[in-house]
Amino acid sequence: MNSKERIAKRVAKEFKPGNIVNLGIGLPTLVANYVPKDMNIFFHGENGVLGIASEVSEEKANPDLINAGGKFIDIIPGAMFFDTSFSFGLIRGGHLDYTVLGALQVDEEGHLANWMIPGKLIPGMGGAMDLVTGAKKVIVAMTHTTKGKPKIVKKCNLPLTSTRRVDLIVTEYAVIEPTDKGLILKEIAPDITVEELKKITDAKLIIPDDLKIMEV
Amino acid sequence: MKIVKAEEAISFVNDGDSLMIGGFLGVGTPETLIDELIKQNKKNLTIICNDTSFENKGIGKLIYNKLARKVITSHIGTNKETQRQYIEKELEVELVPQGTLIERIRAGGVGLGGVLTPTGVGTIVEKGKQVIEIDGKKYLLEKAIRAKVALIKAKRADHVGNLQFALTAINFNPMMGLAADLVIAEVEELVPTGVISPEHVQFPGALVDYVVIGGRSK
Repeated sequence: MNSKERIAKRVAKEFKPGNIVNLGIGLPTLVANYVPKDMNIFFHGENGVLGIASEVSEEKANPDLINAGGKFIDIIPGAMFFDTSFSFGLIRGGHLDYTVLGALQVDEEGHLANWMIPGKLIPGMGGAMDLVTGAKKVIVAMTHTTKGKPKIVKKCNLPLTSTRRVDLIVTEYAVIEPTDKGLILKEIAPDITVEELKKITDAKLIIPDDLKIMEV
Repeated sequence: MKIVKAEEAISFVNDGDSLMIGGFLGVGTPETLIDELIKQNKKNLTIICNDTSFENKGIGKLIYNKLARKVITSHIGTNKETQRQYIEKELEVELVPQGTLIERIRAGGVGLGGVLTPTGVGTIVEKGKQVIEIDGKKYLLEKAIRAKVALIKAKRADHVGNLQFALTAINFNPMMGLAADLVIAEVEELVPTGVISPEHVQFPGALVDYVVIGGRSK
């Protein structure tokens, strides 16, 4: 299992039966692979669908049926389509149990930056700002570092996605809960020590007595 | 409602007009109308849309052909040409969170001056905007937007102009149809009135000015 699969598998454990979940583009879409079908999770796509089943090949595609990443999909029995206003009403209105997003940086206050690198990469925020502002729980799913550089930093120097504190950070090495006291290390992967983890984390980590080993 | 060819419908668009164009990464976008805008070389357009699609698809083609002066949109990440024109200052880009963009359009369509949203509070989106506190929570005042013309896409229309959308191809289309002075709808098929039962009509024909029959979505 590679890093991304490990992260996706761990995130999937957070959901409860019947939850409404929005998975962001990239790594977060892998999370769906680890959710048992009998959990009856409703996957939401901000482009206007509740009840995504999975991505499908181009041969099986209906050209009018995509997810928010533009990939062709099929849907579960009992799915629903709606316009963008209703879709973001679900998001902003607090009707989504979870949103899972990737990140460029997360900081000690639990703030997330994931939509632009000034002067370099300006994709735009799409639905990310609404998702982070409105979902009941925000999970950041990302690799611990990028090109060896820590992504969990003291303070984000990239433009923030929201000033709302995210609820959980899941990387291939750790599960971290941002709180008003700081970042609490809840779980650590079996193939890294606390000291090694601190070396690849810029932000201060609070190590609790009941630190668990992450199931990988 | 009048059924016309794309050529006639697009002749009502003038250089410099503001256009709302439906679609999400090209799905639910009126491709025939876009091709006609390019053919008639309409210039200096302000385009209000969810995203600028891909260089060779939907709204992306308008950017590629340099017909836009400004875009108001939530995402340009799938179109390198939009990013290039933006960085080189050939194109003005106003980035708006997607949920805010649709509500600004809805507000423009339903007679509201704007909306109060928590999205963007404390971020660079807040810049230049009024922050209003209600019951201890901060909101941004986001103003309504309207356009001269809405180019929308539906699966089918009847002879009244009533529209029905397909699957995830609804997206911005119905709200855009409310927020523009002139509404041009591209559809894949025309059906006899009554075939779309009243409870399945998703946008009223009474608000559609022109219907253009285009191709199937690809």
